[in-house]
Amino acid sequence: MATPEAPAARARADANHGLRIFLIWLPLAVVADLLIWFLWKPHMPPGTMSSSAEHQQFDIAVMAVVAAPVLLFIWVYAGYALVNWHQRAGDEDDGPPIHGNAKIQATWIATTAVIVLGLFVFGTVELIVPAGAGAGEGPAPIWQPSTSHRLEVQVIGQQWAFTYRWPQYGGMETSELVLPNNATVEFHVTSLDVIHSFWAYQLGVKADANPGVDNIAYTTTKEPGTFTVRCNELCGLWHGAMFNYGHIVSPAAFQRWATHWEAVQRSNGLLGMLPPYRTTYDPTVIPQLGASIVKIDQITGGAGYYYPPQDPVTP
Amino acid sequence: MSLPVRITALLVAFAAVAVGAAFIIVHYLLASPPTVTYNASGGVVNIMLQEDPQNDSASKPDWVSYFVQNPSTKKWVHTTLFSVPKGTTAHVTILGYDGCTPPRNNFWSLVQGTIGGTVNLSIVNNKGVATPTRRVSVINGWAGCTVGHTFAIPALHLFVPVASPNAYDSANNLCGVSPCTSGPHAVESFSFRVPDHAGVLRWQCYVPCGGGFLDGNGGPMQTIGYMTGNMEVRA
Repeated sequence: MATPEAPAARARADANHGLRIFLIWLPLAVVADLLIWFLWKPHMPPGTMSSSAEHQQFDIAVMAVVAAPVLLFIWVYAGYALVNWHQRAGDEDDGPPIHGNAKIQATWIATTAVIVLGLFVFGTVELIVPAGAGAGEGPAPIWQPSTSHRLEVQVIGQQWAFTYRWPQYGGMETSELVLPNNATVEFHVTSLDVIHSFWAYQLGVKADANPGVDNIAYTTTKEPGTFTVRCNELCGLWHGAMFNYGHIVSPAAFQRWATHWEAVQRSNGLLGMLPPYRTTYDPTVIPQLGASIVKIDQITGGAGYYYPPQDPVTP
Repeated sequence: MSLPVRITALLVAFAAVAVGAAFIIVHYLLASPPTVTYNASGGVVNIMLQEDPQNDSASKPDWVSYFVQNPSTKKWVHTTLFSVPKGTTAHVTILGYDGCTPPRNNFWSLVQGTIGGTVNLSIVNNKGVATPTRRVSVINGWAGCTVGHTFAIPALHLFVPVASPNAYDSANNLCGVSPCTSGPHAVESFSFRVPDHAGVLRWQCYVPCGGGFLDGNGGPMQTIGYMTGNMEVRA
């Protein structure tokens, strides 16, 4: 039978346990955080190609730095408990009853409160400072970049491709997304049919493409390179194939690219054939004819017209 | 009920479920249209396609559909799967028998990704009279009854509007039996470079064919064998 310990002696032993656990945990936590910050962070997604990507990488690193000590504390505590408090041979007694420990409870509540509230403040700041953090903010963004010098790019989703319109270049449209380096970009994301999602992964930009909605997202390009554009909303048979690659190039190269295509589309007549630039489009209307596309003379399909959605034999 | 009878009944029920599942898997899930194989001659592959206002299937005869011509037999095959050798020049001819439908995005009226950025186009009317072939870089699908469908391989940035018969023929004289061999149609040809590596590239139409769904692509647009398919690039 175990000998009952005096309360004072047990308190001293508990204090020693706490100190030992702390002394084991502290260097591990410091080393882990240093490794995360200096070794892992530079390789964390989505990279550093844009301001929003940089901030997202920073956010992930900060959360990893906060989480690692918590995780390590649990592991250290569990390991320490297994080594020191496991059942000894011949010891068949129950453990001593637990009556609570105000100090530990207060420490636990204070620590978790600081972490949670700190992350709340941190997350809010990180949403506001980089102007929405690369996410779609809807048609009336609350957080905008400080500069008014922005490159506007309209992203149009359609089953199954993204195309891009450039209102500052005559309203031309391209199937390729090319951006200048060190430029603040204002994406206007919309759709002509179903819901898509424009996800420029390495740019840290993601915005839903909803028909009839102008979803605005901002970022500032930081380094040249290639990034992936994917649809991130299940949108039909070829959703998985709805991706392509965009490029960040030097401002001079971008200017050459944009002015070239504007000139090409002006000369081949495409600029006049596209609908006037708007933040959203009604795919049932041909603006140049001022007519509904649903059933108009001269523009009739084999079946005669666009079937209304309720048509039971709509192919 | 005796034990042997119960066991037999259980086995029979199990076998019936297994056979049913196998039938569904084989008949529906693994079913695929045939693949038409094209070979190169002098580094050039000649691909023949046609798109019709209907098709020859029993289940969805009113769906618009592409057909692929078998280069050996010259027969039209109801499929959208074909294969070509890598590193070749594909010369595509599309016979557009279906009527016009305005594209949802008129950007698709621009010819993109072909060699020269153009297509050769001639329109055959209901009397069989063809217009002179002309080379164009744009077929404005919003200006009138001009475009029926598109042929696009997005991975290659190949987007080609496919012309349609004129408004009168689109409304009155379209071919009614597939695969079409007569009737007003467009004859459109273009070339593009096949990638130097093997792989499977999806192709599709970007016009909600035959009307289609205003809120998204409907049946034939989302069904392999009708208005979308794969081009396999062989090693």
